[in-house]
Amino acid sequence: MYAYILRRILATIPVMLIVAFIVFSLLYLTPGDPAAVIAGEHATAEDIARIRANLGLNDPFLLRFGSWIASIMQFDLGTSLLTNMPVSQMIGQRIEPTLSLMLPTLMLAVCIAVPLGVIAAWRAGTKVDHFITVFAVLGFSVPVFVVGYALVWSFSLKLGWLPVQGYAPIGQGVSRWFQHLVLPCLTLSSAYIALITRITRTAVLEVLQQDYIRTAEAKGVGRRAILFVHALKNASVPIITVIGIGVALLIGGAVVTESVFAIPGLGRLTMESIMRRDYPVIQAIVLLFSISYVLVNLLIDIAYTFVDPRIRY
Amino acid sequence: MLRRRTFLQAAAAATIIGSPSITRAASQSTLRFIPVIDLAFLDPVATTAQVSRTHGYMVFDTLYGMSKNLEVSPQMVEGHTVEDDGKLWTLTLRDGLFWHDGEKVLARDCVASIRRWAARDTYGSSLMQVTDELSAPDDKTIRFRLKRPFPYLPLALGKVASPACFMMPERLANTDPFKQIPEMIGSGPFRYVASERVPGSRNVYERFDKYKPRESGTPDWTAGPKIVNFDRVEWTTMPDAATGTTAVQAGEQDWQEAMPHDFMPLVEADSNLRTQILDDLGFTCQMRVNHLQPPFNNPAIRKALLGAIDQEAFMTAVAGSDPRFRYSPLGYFTPNTPMASKSGLDVFTGPRNYEKVKAELKAAGYNGEKVVLLVPADSLAQKPLGDIAADVMRKAGMNVEYVAIDFGSVLKRRVNKGTAEEGGWNAFVGNWQGIDWLNPLGHSTLRGDGVFPGWYKSDKMEALRTQWIETADAGEQVRIADDIQKLSFEEVPYYPIGQYKQPALHRADIEGIMKGTSVFWNVRRV
Repeated sequence: MYAYILRRILATIPVMLIVAFIVFSLLYLTPGDPAAVIAGEHATAEDIARIRANLGLNDPFLLRFGSWIASIMQFDLGTSLLTNMPVSQMIGQRIEPTLSLMLPTLMLAVCIAVPLGVIAAWRAGTKVDHFITVFAVLGFSVPVFVVGYALVWSFSLKLGWLPVQGYAPIGQGVSRWFQHLVLPCLTLSSAYIALITRITRTAVLEVLQQDYIRTAEAKGVGRRAILFVHALKNASVPIITVIGIGVALLIGGAVVTESVFAIPGLGRLTMESIMRRDYPVIQAIVLLFSISYVLVNLLIDIAYTFVDPRIRY
Repeated sequence: MLRRRTFLQAAAAATIIGSPSITRAASQSTLRFIPVIDLAFLDPVATTAQVSRTHGYMVFDTLYGMSKNLEVSPQMVEGHTVEDDGKLWTLTLRDGLFWHDGEKVLARDCVASIRRWAARDTYGSSLMQVTDELSAPDDKTIRFRLKRPFPYLPLALGKVASPACFMMPERLANTDPFKQIPEMIGSGPFRYVASERVPGSRNVYERFDKYKPRESGTPDWTAGPKIVNFDRVEWTTMPDAATGTTAVQAGEQDWQEAMPHDFMPLVEADSNLRTQILDDLGFTCQMRVNHLQPPFNNPAIRKALLGAIDQEAFMTAVAGSDPRFRYSPLGYFTPNTPMASKSGLDVFTGPRNYEKVKAELKAAGYNGEKVVLLVPADSLAQKPLGDIAADVMRKAGMNVEYVAIDFGSVLKRRVNKGTAEEGGWNAFVGNWQGIDWLNPLGHSTLRGDGVFPGWYKSDKMEALRTQWIETADAGEQVRIADDIQKLSFEEVPYYPIGQYKQPALHRADIEGIMKGTSVFWNVRRV
């Protein structure tokens, strides 16, 4: 097992190099120019050319790529072309809000969606199942921004219970931090709950039709134990898989949620950097996301071994 | 299709009537402000971004200030003398000026600052062209020795149009004008708190205790005493303007620099909120065409298309139907300012006759050449302008290729002089600030020097501009500006497509916000 984990971690190095090369190449080929953004609307072509030269954007592709990779190897993510701040500092400022948004969302979604999916499977074909299914379809269908604005209208404007926007660092108090996260987490979790509910329902329903479940019922095992011990555990592999895949969904959804609630997270930083062609920031964030995906996939693979003893590496 | 704006409007409408008070506790000494866009670039001289200029006025000071009536008066200077038939200007700094690092403001700092600014600015380059000597004979004196009289010297040094002539310490002012200065040290009424900066989200300013406002005069935009009533100003960037409006409504923010026009009926019904147009000069919009490539390299085609320009349609698309927020017909200078002329504006009034325009285009030699129109799809104002531009040109029978790209890509692509096949373009739309179009000296997009994208070249236009600069007679200036407008309707450097005004939103307990662009002195909480 440990050898497997080590092999997987080592395997991320060439993956990261390929990702880095692709990202760098794509940005190189993408239209747009940070020098033009910096120069502003009044700028002439000559102004832009001088700024490009100052930023080193006229250097050959391989020289720039090599220099960037060399910096990365020394854990130097570079400096933002626009803000003049170290990229690592910019990302550091944004990690806490994004993690604060994603981790509770993930927990909330799993805590709600898995029981809902199990209940829907148990009550398959009944009104309860139909209700949960409609809820899941709605969760998928209603855009995240509509959910966000509906929650803002209800809980911020109408009731005045929660703030409309912004983020309060946890260092400023858990209560303020929590208040600012309730609505964004509910918003972001809506689609995720729907996804996990649907998969859980399908997986558990399939398991419930197995012979050993009938045997367990015949032996007098309680309904709760059948559902949550026998059925859920055996249905866990696809559920864990979709939770992992959903991390990508969360990152995508975070861009919209962070915009609606004005949360200064990594999603917004990504969008802003793309719009401004702030290459060092974009490259660093994409690398960070790639590493996150690789690690999440690794964790999922490891998690399989706990829920299904037949899986061994 | 359900749109965010429509949805939130409905939600806000239901809330405004009879909702419980949810005003958040506000610190009396902190002003919470939502800028129109994020402050990405801090150096207000190295960029022409408007938000950087607004930031610049907090941190840096200027030698002269400008009132809402566009009159220039001393700000950092005590005054000036003019000798030698207008060729020797001596400016004297007032006492009590300090940089944020505690050092005294010296004349040599100002000389270096003027040189750096002049390398990036139209007024500045014109001033330097007539300057023989710019020096600091002592710590308080700045001397301009000119080749010929330049009566606009105070205007150049005090104008608000971007980039403004901000003063900074010599060590910063010696930075290449095309590179950012490494730190924010000015002598303005606020210190920039770099340690609290979160790019894309938050910028913080604190009152500069050693700032000494002018002792005389009345606060008026950037002129007069800059009296600060808040210890701290926090800028919060809101990527979605609707969220910003809701945050002000909920009492979480005090002031939103640019509120979406379609929220006006809703916020006007809320007694806790106030709206006002701060900048009466508004935004002057244009469709710029490429004079180097067909079809707009043909002056007759450019002139023929004038009849298709429907300024009302352009402005309705960007600012709605409320006449308070839009103005047409717009000429080549900002309406209701001294140089604005009515000459030639008839072409923009009355219903459009597209069949006639089609025939005139054909007669002018238009043969269905492709018109590549660049539209910044991510710009709230410029996207609708682009939509209308495509529509009117198509109605006039032109073969329009609508290229929707992001604003950054437009900025890059528009400097390409090549054909469409070589990555070039034929037309793009843009919104300038009205303050950019006040006169021929500062109106860089009207110049006939062939430099600005579009590459309009006209010796006649440059000669008129030079005449305007060289005369100090106000009546003569008006006459020359009128001639410039007449020439513009003949040569069509670009198409004026209307002026719109942007409402600002603030809480009712915030008073003293002055007309002009957003400035943070004189503002107080009551």
